[in-house]
Amino acid sequence: MAEPMLKPPKSAISPITWVRQNLFSGWYNTLLTLVVGYLLVIGVGPVFSWLFFDATFLGSGPSDCTGTGACWLFISERLNFFIYGFYPDDLQWRVDVMFGLLALSFVPQFIERFPGRKWFGLFGLTGLPVVGYFLVPGGNFGLEVVESSKWGGLMLTLILAYIGILASLPIGIVLALGRRSEMPIIRGICVVFIEVWRAVPLITVLFMASVMLPLFLPDGMNFEKLMRALIGITLWQSAYMAEVIRGGLQAIPRGQYEAADALGLGYWKKTGLIILPQALKMVIPGIVNTFISLFKDTTLVLIIGLFDILGTVQSTITDPAWQNVAIEGYVFVAFCFWVFCFGISRYSQNLERKLDTGHRT
Amino acid sequence: MGTIMTEQTQATDPKKPVPSQTENKPDIIRVEGMNKWYGDFHVLKDLNLNVRQGERIVICGPSGSGKSTFIRCINRLEEHQQGKIIVDNIELTDDIRNIDTVRREVGMVFQHFNLFPHLTVLENCCLSPIWVRKTPRKAAEEAAMEYLERVKIPDQANKFPGQLSGGQQQRVAIARALCMKPKIMLFDEPTSALDPEMIKEVLDVMIELAGSGMTMICVTHEMGFAKTVADRVIFMDGGEIVEEAPPHEFFTNPQEPRTQKFLEQILQH
Ligand SMILES: Nc1ncnc2c1ncn2[C@@H]1O[C@H](COP(=O)(O)OP(=O)(O)O)[C@@H](O)[C@H]1O
Ligand SMILES: [Mg+2]
Repeated sequence: MAEPMLKPPKSAISPITWVRQNLFSGWYNTLLTLVVGYLLVIGVGPVFSWLFFDATFLGSGPSDCTGTGACWLFISERLNFFIYGFYPDDLQWRVDVMFGLLALSFVPQFIERFPGRKWFGLFGLTGLPVVGYFLVPGGNFGLEVVESSKWGGLMLTLILAYIGILASLPIGIVLALGRRSEMPIIRGICVVFIEVWRAVPLITVLFMASVMLPLFLPDGMNFEKLMRALIGITLWQSAYMAEVIRGGLQAIPRGQYEAADALGLGYWKKTGLIILPQALKMVIPGIVNTFISLFKDTTLVLIIGLFDILGTVQSTITDPAWQNVAIEGYVFVAFCFWVFCFGISRYSQNLERKLDTGHRT
Repeated sequence: MGTIMTEQTQATDPKKPVPSQTENKPDIIRVEGMNKWYGDFHVLKDLNLNVRQGERIVICGPSGSGKSTFIRCINRLEEHQQGKIIVDNIELTDDIRNIDTVRREVGMVFQHFNLFPHLTVLENCCLSPIWVRKTPRKAAEEAAMEYLERVKIPDQANKFPGQLSGGQQQRVAIARALCMKPKIMLFDEPTSALDPEMIKEVLDVMIELAGSGMTMICVTHEMGFAKTVADRVIFMDGGEIVEEAPPHEFFTNPQEPRTQKFLEQILQH
């Protein structure tokens, strides 16, 4: 009965009919279409020529680049550095395994009929970080140690973003619940935490994490720079996440709490089974928005001397052997970010549609 | 009292439940000298009420008279500040264990249904038996299906609440409460949010439930329901219990002027 309401029927109009109806349905519409089309050809044409038609994709060195089109050769020559940073060549398979597992966990999420995709996703959220914890730094199971100072490029970006996202969500949930707690001490702690972290720019957090944190830690206890950056990013992100989630919690009608109470569900069951599932579902767009901005904000680690993908590209485009490859470099970085952020966004839309039970309370 | 009611209603309504023979039954709810304030506002004033096992009480009164607040005190959705409330031999205090025990024995149906929109009808019904009573899932689902049959919507079990009509949702809410096998059911204006044509389907379910011997306290303005089902009607105004009488007396011979005025008003409509 509600099916048609949830899924409107796809229009059965053919593309040609569509074009005729929408683009050429009158003399002024036709004129407008032609003018806009002309402007697009003039404006976008050169961009396409530069990107593809005049671009150099293959070659053996800087001299093969023509100069009229993009020099993608530069990217492919340096791709290894952009992806792995200084991670030793012969150990890069370890990172490749992680890329593979990452893809295995999340690509199925886009394929509606993929059998057992839930379990792949679950592995991505639980097993994947554990495997990564042992595999990437090494040091156990006879794996050679690779210092975190050698990590870089896309791999580092993904590590920062993934751990930041994964850890900030549960911490954010706890903070949001704490802020609505009836116990003044817990509420106070959460309010102070959230308000302090939210009021500080991420750059400051990163500086403090790399310069000041070591001063506060007891003697003999110290983390690597990457770890400190991760902690800083996670806590900062958690504060934002908490506020997004609190918005969802506040939108749950009081009747839901009362019904859960009346059924005898205690605080934790009420929260875990009734309140959070609805609140989180409601704020998926906000959560995803926060994820995406975190993903992009990881580029700020550049200033504390970590080489994420932007850092590796930036340090390479000044190489005098290659001339004027800055645009190619930045386009490449932008493209990489776009792919991941767009993926996150698409996935969240899938999720929202799937979780929609056609009810607005 | 029982005889009068039987005579009166058997003629009018074949579904009339057998009048509850509760004179010898023990009290299952005892409210003694109960007072409640919202800040400075004295919302419930010195309430006393004993309800015997299997008794059916209807509470009515003008809007804002404290009816909802009163029945919500019985499962501690609201806290009272003075006096005693004893439900099934357990006194309601700050002790969270007592509250949990009482809530397990008291089902509640709300004006706005308050179903969980993210769970299917069946999941709504099974949730509490599984998580609170620790019933195995399969047994809980079977029991839930039985109750859904009793409220006449077994075919909607796998839909979400948002896909049902108001009357269907309220019947699910009743089934959900019954799945906990409560000893007492509280109803807070269960038909007030419904379109007229759906009121009857909900009342029918409630009448059937009354016939099964459930202890019921209903806040409602459905006077027909009160006449058919209630053992006692309680009239509240301004946070006080103004009058308390068997329905026959209550409707034909109200003692208090406030009751008379209220009855005049609602019977005009
Ligand atoms: N949470 C609350 N805080 C303050 N006053 C309240 C609250 N809930 C109800 N009241 C007041 O208490 C009185 C009784 O309310 P209620 O029990 O809902 O009445 P009824 O159900 O009889 O219409 C009303 O005057 C209402 O405004
Ligand atoms: Mg009310």
